[in-house]
Amino acid sequence: MSSRERILGRVRRALADVPQDDTPYEDAIARGYLQEHDARSPEQAADLLAENLADYRAIVHRCTADDLAATIAGLLSARGARTVLVPPGLDLGWLAATGAEQLPDHADTTPHELDRIDSVVTGCAVAVAETGTIVLDGGPEQGRRRITLVPDHHICVVRVPDQVVSSIPQALSCLNPALPLTWISGPSATSDIELDRVEGVHGPRMFEVVLVTGMPDAGAVA
Amino acid sequence: MSGTFVGMPAFPKAAHDAVNNPTLRGNLRHATQTIRGKREKAVAELSDWTALREAGKQIKDHALRHLDRYLVQLEESVTAAGGTVHWASDADEANRIVAGLVKETGESEVLKVKSMATQEIGLNEALAAEGIAAYETDLAELIVQLGEDRPSHILVPAIHRNRGEIRDIFAREMSEWGRPAPEGLADTSAELAEAARLHLREKFLRAKVGVSGANFMVAETGTLVVVESEGNGRMCLTLPETLISVVGIEKVVPSWRDLEVFLQTLPRSSTAERMNPYTSTWTGTTDEDGPKTFHLVLLDNGRTDTLADEVGRQALRCIRCSACLNVCPVYERAGGHAYGSVYPGPIGAILSPQLRGTQSEIDASLPYASSLCGACYEVCPVAIDIPEVLVHLRERVVEGGPVTREGTKVVLRPAKGHAAERTAMRAARWALGRPGVLRTGQRLASRTRRLHPRTLPGPGKAWSGTRDLPALPDEPFRDWWQRVHGGEGDEK
Ligand code: SF4
Repeated sequence: MSSRERILGRVRRALADVPQDDTPYEDAIARGYLQEHDARSPEQAADLLAENLADYRAIVHRCTADDLAATIAGLLSARGARTVLVPPGLDLGWLAATGAEQLPDHADTTPHELDRIDSVVTGCAVAVAETGTIVLDGGPEQGRRRITLVPDHHICVVRVPDQVVSSIPQALSCLNPALPLTWISGPSATSDIELDRVEGVHGPRMFEVVLVTGMPDAGAVA
Repeated sequence: MSGTFVGMPAFPKAAHDAVNNPTLRGNLRHATQTIRGKREKAVAELSDWTALREAGKQIKDHALRHLDRYLVQLEESVTAAGGTVHWASDADEANRIVAGLVKETGESEVLKVKSMATQEIGLNEALAAEGIAAYETDLAELIVQLGEDRPSHILVPAIHRNRGEIRDIFAREMSEWGRPAPEGLADTSAELAEAARLHLREKFLRAKVGVSGANFMVAETGTLVVVESEGNGRMCLTLPETLISVVGIEKVVPSWRDLEVFLQTLPRSSTAERMNPYTSTWTGTTDEDGPKTFHLVLLDNGRTDTLADEVGRQALRCIRCSACLNVCPVYERAGGHAYGSVYPGPIGAILSPQLRGTQSEIDASLPYASSLCGACYEVCPVAIDIPEVLVHLRERVVEGGPVTREGTKVVLRPAKGHAAERTAMRAARWALGRPGVLRTGQRLASRTRRLHPRTLPGPGKAWSGTRDLPALPDEPFRDWWQRVHGGEGDEK
């Protein structure tokens, strides 16, 4: 007997007490919890997002579409970034004002090469106001998971209000589970040493979020 | 189940040693009290906590009641997404499968993201025996591994170590494993974390094989979920060419939507955060993005035996948040090592004796490692009635009876020398069957706490003989809840 058959057989015997007509999934779970914790206008959601991101030590900036290129250029130069990694579908207009060398990500870029790049600029799939979370789904403006992981400085652009939702349930319902998702709430952190919170063990130690208004809708999820 | 901490004394002896270690007790008290306070605040932020807790309980219960169906569905969806599914009845089989998969890649080292399932089966030791080095990458696990130590907490495994001890371990051991600690390493948290970053980064960038566990597996979509803070999880799930995930069969949830409950309750219950810094989900493999090969090893190792127990099966709902550890007066004093398993605290006291059976001295003593104060049940985000299962297991130890071991029904004989408990258990069972009586009993216990015995009977005696029993709280939790929340959410 294969282990698969053995385990499934044990499970079935263990569940002999469960009736054939047990309550079906659709009725078995009382979903009396809230879909969002307060009704919010798009502006209120963006404000809450900014507040919660900052609370988890992400650095939040706000600007209009017209100022985006200058804002990003300013952030890169403030960090002294000489090289910036560019996902395949990023609007190059976002990088129009920076003097940093722009490096596209290739399929064969090695982790060691990524480690030598100063910063990365990406968009996102959706942002969750109540928890201060940014979700990446590997779309063309975000690129592969590794490019937002290895460089030490990540600038993430969020279109306000289209890409902002209030809550976790709303975020899950507009994400595609077939894609690899990365949910980011503040920079990498650990509390393993005497419960002291320290930023940046592995992921980017600097996580900057630019909330930009007045952008044309690029595949918004909300 | 293997993975018993070899040479571990039974709980009373281990607890005796722990309570006489002032550093350990100090570190532990500071940690559990800090997390406890923060957790209360994080939970209070969600006005629908009671409903989320109930939904979490129902989702897990439903998944467990139809586990065969969901496991088959999960296997289909993982396979359709490009992954390969393996089934492992016990620790040895799981270790064999993983070692074989690593060998197929031609590699002799693997990077690990913290996983209780792989600790439970002793995977690192099994791989070492096959000539494969397994590196733990979670900061606390690294501290534990370098210190040749055992984890003592689910969430903060090195909670028993302070900064000075960690500095010494790093300075002494890092060079043995890879990049040495910087010269003149100070004992600030920031410098220690930086030393770990440099030491581990060197390993991440060359890693070819990653080994992980998972917090959840979604049957409908074949998606696995890892919830973490540091980014070592992201590293292990992203950079290697091969990813091997070893996951207990109880981690399956039916649908994608179910995650909306646990992604709200897990971070708040564990680290008391609105959301943990990183959550990664992956569904099979994705072209050019992440590992090219993905293996899922579904682990039984005593879980189906636990499932066969209608009272005890609820322990399989556990989402390993560790909230119950932080409120437990016994854990706070005894420390995680005293439980003799990777699962410490109240959940360990009910899970280990079910996964491993109650034959060994440590497992027979675990159901007594509790004052039955009920705090663990009150904080549990999936409403596991830990006291109920503790009493049930005490009864099993004392009176014997039918249980399932390795898929076969057997009848346990009563343990010797437990006559005192037999009487006590009868009373407890009677009370637990009558919620009204239990409530009154708890209140009475609080109000008359000065009259309580200072020692426990039976196996508890050796333990409590060395120290006072934990003081009962002035106000029972149920009273406090009633007062503060006006009866709302009192499910029982
Ligand atoms: S038993 Fe409940 S409180 Fe304890 S770790 Fe598991 S889910 Fe958390």
